[in-house]
Amino acid sequence: MRKNWIGIPALMILLLLPALSVARGDDEILTPVAEEQLAEPDPGLDVSGTVTVQDKDNDAGDLLLVSFELPADTEGIFAYNVYRRVAGEEGEGSWNLVEIIPADGLSEFIDGYDPEYPIASGVLYEYRIASATVDGEEFFGPECEAGVVSKGEIYHTGKTKIFIASILFIGLIFYYFGKAQKGIEMYMRPIAGIEAIDEAIGRATEMGKPVLYVPGISSIADVATIASLTILGRVAKKIALYQTPLIVPNRDPIVFTVAEEVVKQAYLEAGRPDAYDPDSVFFVTTSQFAYVAAVNGIMMREKPATNFYLGMFYAESLLLAETGSLSGAIQIAGTDAVTQLPFFITTCDYTLIGEELYAASAYLGREPKQIGALKGQDACKAIIMTFITVALIFGVIDVVANTHILDWFRDLVTSPIVD
Amino acid sequence: MKRTVPLMIVMVGGILMILQYFIPHQISQTVLAYYTDWAPIILAFALVLGVGSLTRIHSHKIRRKAKNWQYSYAVLIPLFGMPILAHIWPASLSGGMDSPSIFHFLFMHVQVPIQATMFSLLAFYIASAAFRAFRAKSALATLLLLAAVVVMLGQVPIGELFGRWLPETGLWILRYPNLAAKRAIMLGVGFGMLATNLKIIFGVERNWLGGAGK
Repeated sequence: MRKNWIGIPALMILLLLPALSVARGDDEILTPVAEEQLAEPDPGLDVSGTVTVQDKDNDAGDLLLVSFELPADTEGIFAYNVYRRVAGEEGEGSWNLVEIIPADGLSEFIDGYDPEYPIASGVLYEYRIASATVDGEEFFGPECEAGVVSKGEIYHTGKTKIFIASILFIGLIFYYFGKAQKGIEMYMRPIAGIEAIDEAIGRATEMGKPVLYVPGISSIADVATIASLTILGRVAKKIALYQTPLIVPNRDPIVFTVAEEVVKQAYLEAGRPDAYDPDSVFFVTTSQFAYVAAVNGIMMREKPATNFYLGMFYAESLLLAETGSLSGAIQIAGTDAVTQLPFFITTCDYTLIGEELYAASAYLGREPKQIGALKGQDACKAIIMTFITVALIFGVIDVVANTHILDWFRDLVTSPIVD
Repeated sequence: MKRTVPLMIVMVGGILMILQYFIPHQISQTVLAYYTDWAPIILAFALVLGVGSLTRIHSHKIRRKAKNWQYSYAVLIPLFGMPILAHIWPASLSGGMDSPSIFHFLFMHVQVPIQATMFSLLAFYIASAAFRAFRAKSALATLLLLAAVVVMLGQVPIGELFGRWLPETGLWILRYPNLAAKRAIMLGVGFGMLATNLKIIFGVERNWLGGAGK
């Protein structure tokens, strides 16, 4: 019995020991869970501070310059979502997402470029910025009223340099207009391409073949096309006098209607309205290469003795000029498209380079005001050339002498034209 | 009247557009949008005149049995056939949206390849023009030939086999003498445009008015 009395507590102790040990072990395992459960919930991403809004200068009253304070802790932030609404509106649905700025981007942007959410002039807006996680979860910062409204400006201050230059150059052109009107003789350097026009028309007359005039493939909005149409008037007048057939294929319908009127008038002025052929000026197509195919076909079938390519040209310039060259025609080209000039120079007998196209009308007409405008252009170029030369010389002196006296001049030359 | 009204429209419109460039205000932008909206409207009417002109000329040719009159059918049939197919018969013959319409088929399998063919001819024309331009007939032509050889070889990988100097020289030619010449031309073009615009705005140049200009 005594043995039993000792044995029962011993057995209980033995049974309790593993239980205690298990209980202690459980405690060790559960402790972190309990700690986790007890810890404060994660506050999420840090949010940006106040939003500052300024009216953008030199706009139509449809842009605002928005900047915001970056959060102190940018850990975990993928982007900042910028929301805007009209001040005074209520409800979550009134906010519009107007910009998403990458976390490593700038903390300012110009609001109003998105056509879906334009800025209205004179309207007060509210902004708020959300720090967004890569999963798209958002943590919003405070709502801030813009404080300013967008207003349109009457004068673009960034274009002052252009304004001054325009006044100067326009003034110079008008000065020479006046000078020409007073009858003062002005020298014009001869341009081979323009002087060859008479010769080219004469050749076509002698050969009894037509003259082909291509007024470019651009629209009437292009100044080169307008210049080409003024030359067409002069050329058509000479053609009417010589009674040579004329072919004017057009790519643009508006250019066609103007060209038709110009040629009709030229024949009238030449005193040969009866010689005007209504089929001489016609519309072909607006398609660039279909137009080329049509004109090349005319060249190969009709074999014009003289081809004029005056106006704006693109990739078709060489296709036209090379076909004309193969057909054996004398060719006079003129364009202000710098990239197409080498093709014309290579394949044509005479080429009017850039501004010569604009000068041709004055050369052919010899009207005082036209010549005055030409001299005005030359004066403008002289000013620019002087400016560049002076800048070059002073710049070299600055480099050689290792001074910075003319930094202001360099800045003036190299700074953007529109600020 | 026939001359004064267009001249006044051009003068007022031209001056307004010059001023508009310096005024960013909303009113100024509205004026610009209003003016530019007119362009497609005028173009639509002019296109009718253009198609009328094309039809008239080719009808005359067919009627008079002029030289190559058969080609006029090649102009007139597609000219009227394609819009008919596009507007009157827009769906495919087999029906459904997945299969292309006849218009689409003709556009993709006739017009596009023909246009691509015309454009691809440019490669051969460039070769023929280059051959003519690069003949060393004079000192200047020889200089042009040398510059062209350096620039062309400098643009292709084989150029580097001659040494780094070749692509670098080619790049120098493009960046300095070539760019300087291009800028000089563009400067002249800019002033030419300015003078031409002023001549048109202030009525010095009136040839564009056609019959009304005199």
